[in-house]
Amino acid sequence: MLHLILFSVFGLICAAAAVNLLVQSHPINSALSLVVVMGSLAVEYLLLGAEFVAAVQVIVYAGAIMVLFVFVIMLLNAGKEERTKGSRVSLFIGIPGVTIGSVLMAWVLITHSGTRSVEAGALPGDPRQIAQLLFHQFLLPFEVTSILVLIAIMGAVVLAARPEALQPTEEKN
Amino acid sequence: MVPLSYYLVLSGFLFACGVTGFLIKRNIITIFMSIELMLNGVNLSFVAFAAQWHALSGQVFVFFVMVVAAAEAAVGLAIIIAVYRTRETLNVDRVNLLKL
Repeated sequence: MLHLILFSVFGLICAAAAVNLLVQSHPINSALSLVVVMGSLAVEYLLLGAEFVAAVQVIVYAGAIMVLFVFVIMLLNAGKEERTKGSRVSLFIGIPGVTIGSVLMAWVLITHSGTRSVEAGALPGDPRQIAQLLFHQFLLPFEVTSILVLIAIMGAVVLAARPEALQPTEEKN
Repeated sequence: MVPLSYYLVLSGFLFACGVTGFLIKRNIITIFMSIELMLNGVNLSFVAFAAQWHALSGQVFVFFVMVVAAAEAAVGLAIIIAVYRTRETLNVDRVNLLKL
């Protein structure tokens, strides 16, 4: 029962923040609602027993990635978004389309996924077991992602640096 | 005891919000945040199914999704900075030419 109450409360917070992300017109407000979404999702992960995922969600997503977003918003001095003709068309087609799609999906999921339910902490996802999997069964994907991150770091530096900063400078004698 | 379908509905709702944001937003940074919202929705269904079927590898996949999302955010925001430097705008409607 407590599980259901906690799920509902944080699920509602999560959904409200997701809608707020769409409604706000200033990107910094959207970014802060995304932080709320990620924080409440971390609680949902804890309810499912995924402690490691919840911790990584808070540290990587709500911490690192959102700081990057807020930093870029402030760096570029992003203001309110301006509306153009194309955006109005997408507003009229996009919102009804997505509403119909998500209502259909929710109906199918609720009526056809049976009566199975998830118990709180049914699967203890503590860091030790995750590490067992990660460094034995998933060792190769893990190493590949480390290369991916390395390439991403170099790509980000090359893309974000000013063109003249990348030119080789002559050494001073 | 929460039915699995509730988790899936929440996950689907987050994904739908992400798709809507991707369609209706015109600020390139907000569009990027909508993509992160979609990834979060998918992660929730990964964890819910992992708990349902007692398969811990579902949580490991969430970890991989997060790593890819972090790499994507770093490169994507660098691209946004580069676009802003050449175009001086963040509106995707005004970024409509490949050439300057």
